[in-house]
Amino acid sequence: MNTVVAKLQRQFQDYLVSLYQQGFLDNQFTELRKLQDEGTPDFVAEVVSLFFDDCSKLINSMSRSLERPENVDFKQVDSGVHQLKGSSSSVGARRVKNVCISFKECCDVQNREGCLRCLQQVDYEYKMLKTKLQDLFNLEKQIVQAGGAIPQVNIN
Amino acid sequence: MVCEMETDQTEEMDIEVLSSMWPEDVGTQADNQFNVEKPAGDSDTLKEVDIAEKRTMADLKRLPELMNTTDQGTSQLTNLVKQWEYMQDHAVKLLREELKILTKQREEAEAKELKIIEEHNFESQEPENVPVLDDTSHLFRRFKHKKRDALIGSKRVEIDEEFDTVAYWKQKALSLEKMLEASTERERRLIEKLNESLKTMESHSAPVEELTQNLKRAEGFLHFILQNAPIVMGHQDKDLRYLFIYNKFPTLREQDILGKTDVEIFHGGGVKESEDFKREVLEKGKASKREITFETDLFGSKTFLIYVEPVYNKAREKIGINYMGMEVTDQVRKREKMAKLREDNAVRKAMESELTKTIHITEETMRAKQMLATMSHEIRSPLSGVVGMAEILSTTKLDKEQRQLLTVMMSSGDLVLQLINDILDLSKVESGVMRLEATKFRPREVVKHVLQTAAASLKKDLTLEGNITDEVPIEVVGDVLRIRQILTNLISNAIKFTHEGKVGIKLKVISEPSFASGMELNADAEEQNGLTETETSVWIRCDVYDTGIGIPEKALPCLFKKYMQASADHARKYGGTGLGLAICKQLVELMGGQLTVTSQVNAGSTFTFILPYKVAKSDDHSDDQDFSDMVDHHQPEPDDTTEGYFQFKPLLGSIYSNGGPIIGNNNFLPHKVMLTSPLKLINGFVAEPSNNTGQSETTQVENNGYMDETCSGPCLSKETESCSSSQASSGGGTLEMESELTVSSCREEETTETLKQPKILLVEDNKINIMVAKSMMKQLGYTFDIANNGVEAINAIKDSSYDLVLMDVCMPVLDGLKATRLIRSYEESGNWDAAIEAGVDIKILENEQACVHSTNRLPIIAMTANTLAESSEECYANGMDSFISKPVTLQKLKECLRQYLH
Repeated sequence: MNTVVAKLQRQFQDYLVSLYQQGFLDNQFTELRKLQDEGTPDFVAEVVSLFFDDCSKLINSMSRSLERPENVDFKQVDSGVHQLKGSSSSVGARRVKNVCISFKECCDVQNREGCLRCLQQVDYEYKMLKTKLQDLFNLEKQIVQAGGAIPQVNIN
Repeated sequence: MVCEMETDQTEEMDIEVLSSMWPEDVGTQADNQFNVEKPAGDSDTLKEVDIAEKRTMADLKRLPELMNTTDQGTSQLTNLVKQWEYMQDHAVKLLREELKILTKQREEAEAKELKIIEEHNFESQEPENVPVLDDTSHLFRRFKHKKRDALIGSKRVEIDEEFDTVAYWKQKALSLEKMLEASTERERRLIEKLNESLKTMESHSAPVEELTQNLKRAEGFLHFILQNAPIVMGHQDKDLRYLFIYNKFPTLREQDILGKTDVEIFHGGGVKESEDFKREVLEKGKASKREITFETDLFGSKTFLIYVEPVYNKAREKIGINYMGMEVTDQVRKREKMAKLREDNAVRKAMESELTKTIHITEETMRAKQMLATMSHEIRSPLSGVVGMAEILSTTKLDKEQRQLLTVMMSSGDLVLQLINDILDLSKVESGVMRLEATKFRPREVVKHVLQTAAASLKKDLTLEGNITDEVPIEVVGDVLRIRQILTNLISNAIKFTHEGKVGIKLKVISEPSFASGMELNADAEEQNGLTETETSVWIRCDVYDTGIGIPEKALPCLFKKYMQASADHARKYGGTGLGLAICKQLVELMGGQLTVTSQVNAGSTFTFILPYKVAKSDDHSDDQDFSDMVDHHQPEPDDTTEGYFQFKPLLGSIYSNGGPIIGNNNFLPHKVMLTSPLKLINGFVAEPSNNTGQSETTQVENNGYMDETCSGPCLSKETESCSSSQASSGGGTLEMESELTVSSCREEETTETLKQPKILLVEDNKINIMVAKSMMKQLGYTFDIANNGVEAINAIKDSSYDLVLMDVCMPVLDGLKATRLIRSYEESGNWDAAIEAGVDIKILENEQACVHSTNRLPIIAMTANTLAESSEECYANGMDSFISKPVTLQKLKECLRQYLH
């Protein structure tokens, strides 16, 4: 029993660390994890799922805005990018945030092509992160089910 | 035979190239005579035999002499003579046989003649023939006799004429005459033959010549055999002077050798030995062999197998020795090589087995170590968790019964912890994992500290004293940790079993105990202790005595055994693991010492351990110096290094010490202590369990009942009474616990303060950011209102009063900067005109306009992503008070709130 837990915990730690190392996450995610306590055991998962929902909605609206080449509402796109940037920054989705920065730049110069490229990238990145985090939460769940505690992971 | 030998030789040559005994490049042509000739090939051997025949022995003059004088020589000559004699006998025999045959034939002939004559006489007695002359008749008879010989082999004389006629007689006379002639002729021939035979006999029978030839043949054979043999032979006289040598070393001439002894000829190793050996043989009269290695300038290092036999003369007197040497250098070398190889092999094998053994042991040790590490970790840490938690639990509000249970629980936990520590120590010692360390330490300090620590947790009316004699060095080298452990163990043991009187430590130098001298264990231990023989070591005897209950004599033998206590009663009454003394004994023995005990029931016990220490070389301190200093009171401050006596006497019921059970050294530092008048030291004795110290006044009041009980019922505390180290650790735990307590009470204060909660407004459009911020605020114990944009924010501020606004900069509808400007303008003007002008939909209620807060400047903190559009300068320019860079972290938020809410 204990060894199972220990193994899962080790796996969890390694996985989390790898996410940091691969640049999917940054310290803000750590902040988020700190905020999770007994009262809000699923806080991170909730925030993150909200973020992903947000992402999907925003990306949809942005892609609609960028749909027609001659009539692009860059203001709308900019607002979406801003939202996305703020959200990703808040949850510590580092790669998404980084794409948003270049997305915003493209938007500022009204570069539709660039915007589309960034949009694609953002879409890819957030989905990627979503799968990764889902795995992570699954691991968490398994640890809890096995009667273990989610280990503290020190990234630095 | 010869051929066989030759093939043998060649075979041998195939097997190993047999080099000449002597080196090839030495020797001159002149001396070639006796040089060993290389075999010229098989075909030449016969020729060589011939050549060899011409050779001469060394010292020919002496040889015959030798032959004549020695036994062997004589016997050889005798043999030859015998052989010759035999041959002569043989010839004589042959001649005799021949003679015998001849005689026989003659006899036969005579007999025949006689018969004829008789016949004749009987037939005719003729008158004329009856000679008157006797002489003639006699002659006639003789003649007749003679004639008989001639008759041998001859036919009967046939006479054709009529008997007794003239013709008959004539005829008969004629034939007889013929016969006579023939007989005479035969006789003459026989005589001739005899003469001839005599002549040949004479010519054949010369013995010397035959002997010489035989000798020559023998010599030739010997030469043939010996000239290539790696053999040197010689004969030496009684004084071991060479009389004869064969196959001598090539560069030496005969005159260099003959008449000289080995010692005179050769120089170097082995010569003397061989000479002695020869002499020995000569004296003992028994032939023997020996291998001698010569190390001479002449032919270097060569090993010879030497055979020496004594030589006797006819009178059985020793006259010298025969000596034969064969060079076996290569063989010896090979043999030695083989032996060495074999030896190496054996050594390697031994090493291998040793190595595998070592590896095995190492593996075992590693496993033991691993197990120990695992044990210590796996058992100790959770257990200390249990004990620690129990201690923390004891600080919470508990009723009387719960507290009692908890106390028992804690003391049991401590006991288990101590037991585990003890077991670990013991198994460490037993598995050889325990390494002793050699460190410099001051025995006086150690004794003092041990007593001090013991006194600190003392709960009885006992006097603790330490007494160290002057000759104990200031500094010695040993494993101070282990020594301290032993002392602590013994002291706590003594205290445990002593209810009144005193417990003390006495240290003095003794001479090397008998058990240590010549003991290997001691040497090992000294090595382990870092002691070497060259350094001065000192044996110190340490007595730990008490005036306690004592130990019954029958319990003494099992006292040092594991898990044994003097009796089950004691175990129940006093607790403990029963391992302490076993550990002490093991440790002492590990350090090369001895632990003993003497005891008297109801009078006390004395545990004595004797240990060797290396004396540390301290340049600045010498014993004498310190001693004089001490006596003269020259040193202004009390010095641990020189004190010889310590005493710790507890005062019951003294004031509580505010620092817990651990009391700083300074409180205990005795002033200059004279051996004659020891200054009594008083320790701040802690009467009640340490758990209660340091708690707030109110708690004490609350728990007074409990405290009284623990004080009045010492039976409970008895169990918690254990060795000082665990006490110290529990003391530490108490201190930690205290701080914990203050923190929690602090928090309580905060929460009570926050009953009057500050009102915070968060202006943020991003749901996720809101969620995160909300969680953070909750963590910090705050609640807040939310506005999704600038307009909402303005409306919220208008409607109620806030203590703080957290404003996102970039927002739809109305961004944070504009909103802030409008808020500031409201604060200045007291109306929302600017906002209305800016198109903000504000529902203004006139009566609320004159709000009291209008004069107060509302702290507005920007939350900025710190990009170009949201620079901090811009924030300040728009009337914001501060900013938090995004993403917001708990720390940043906390600092910000602290700054603006208090």
